[in-house]
Amino acid sequence: MACEQWRSQLDAYLDGELPSEAMRSLDAHLRGCLACAADALARVQFKRSIKNAGMRFAPSAELRSKIQKSIAPPARRNWNIGWKLGTATLGLALVVGAVTSYLGRENIREQQLYSELTDLHVATLASPNPVDVVSSDRHTVKPWFQGKVPFTFNLPELQNTDFTLLGGRVAYLGQTSGAHLIFQVRQHEISVFIFPEPAGTWNFRNESKVERKQTFNVEEWNQDGLRYTVFGDASPEDIQKLSALLKAVAGS
Amino acid sequence: MPLFDQLYNFAHWLAQDRDEAEDLVQETFAKALRGFSSFQQGTNFRAWMYRILRNTFLNSRTGRKAMMTVPLEHDEDGPVAVAVDTQTPEAILIDRSDQHLLQAALDELPVNFREILLLCEVEEMSYQEIAETLGVPIGTVMSRLSRARRALRGLVRGKLQGTQKG
Repeated sequence: MACEQWRSQLDAYLDGELPSEAMRSLDAHLRGCLACAADALARVQFKRSIKNAGMRFAPSAELRSKIQKSIAPPARRNWNIGWKLGTATLGLALVVGAVTSYLGRENIREQQLYSELTDLHVATLASPNPVDVVSSDRHTVKPWFQGKVPFTFNLPELQNTDFTLLGGRVAYLGQTSGAHLIFQVRQHEISVFIFPEPAGTWNFRNESKVERKQTFNVEEWNQDGLRYTVFGDASPEDIQKLSALLKAVAGS
Repeated sequence: MPLFDQLYNFAHWLAQDRDEAEDLVQETFAKALRGFSSFQQGTNFRAWMYRILRNTFLNSRTGRKAMMTVPLEHDEDGPVAVAVDTQTPEAILIDRSDQHLLQAALDELPVNFREILLLCEVEEMSYQEIAETLGVPIGTVMSRLSRARRALRGLVRGKLQGTQKG
């Protein structure tokens, strides 16, 4: 192929919009062709300059508080949930948007799920009242969920382990309610999400091993019609240990 | 309020005026809240928000005026291969001190070029997202983006030459 033709694909290539095969061919060409590589470099620099120049205007603090007040939820529950969902989706869209152009289309759904879980995890830990039922006693936490989520689940005995149960809250994912439990191991907090399967239309995978998602460590599996997701910044070993404890009691 | 800072930046670029940008953002959030039920779960929320902001702008007096100066792009929907940018960009090295030059060039661009460059480079939207935001086919996104880049390079080049002469 002539350089002219390669160059006609450069912009789409740098925008991350070429199909992966074309991407690889162009990669190979750029490694061998100094002129095209220089062209690509110039375009990258131009892209970066536009990005820097484009981040130009910052909103005033007055505008922020004005809008915050105008969208403050009146004391109506539905409204409140609607906006919370909206905020979660906004956050989700943000994270997803940033990575969209660099991911294969087939990964998008999965990424959306993890983005939403990341939001739930981070937003919960950032809150002054992270849990609605504050107890390290599994016999207190489990019954609290009765009537709040459409299923029941077992919690492990944590004596003689490094883990402590901090409490739980009801979480929403894909318009389904589920349990969000917070465990602590040393200085790390780990979220455990339990949702009926399938929650929404998410395309879950079935193998269970600790993976890195959105810079967090995650292990997830299906058991007894429920989807378990163990999620946090703790080490993969800790995530795995907690997952094993949960798996052991889930079937009992 | 996620997206708030980005939406404001985008609004200010569109309206080129602080007061108008503030009104735009405020109206966007109000409309989004009112119309939240019309948002379809599973579709792109960010594109939806930007679309509300952009439509609000286009309906404003400034927006209507800005669109009148947009050149006709009758061949936009032609084959993509014709439209992609094969023009070789001689390295336009813009360091931090030249940022205002690039900003001035962006300000001078027709609004449809300015917005697509911002969505692509600053918001890092995918072509699909841009297409949803602007309500145009992906082929149009590609060709318009390529024209916008070419136009911006032309403006920057002109300005660089101007400063060298001056």
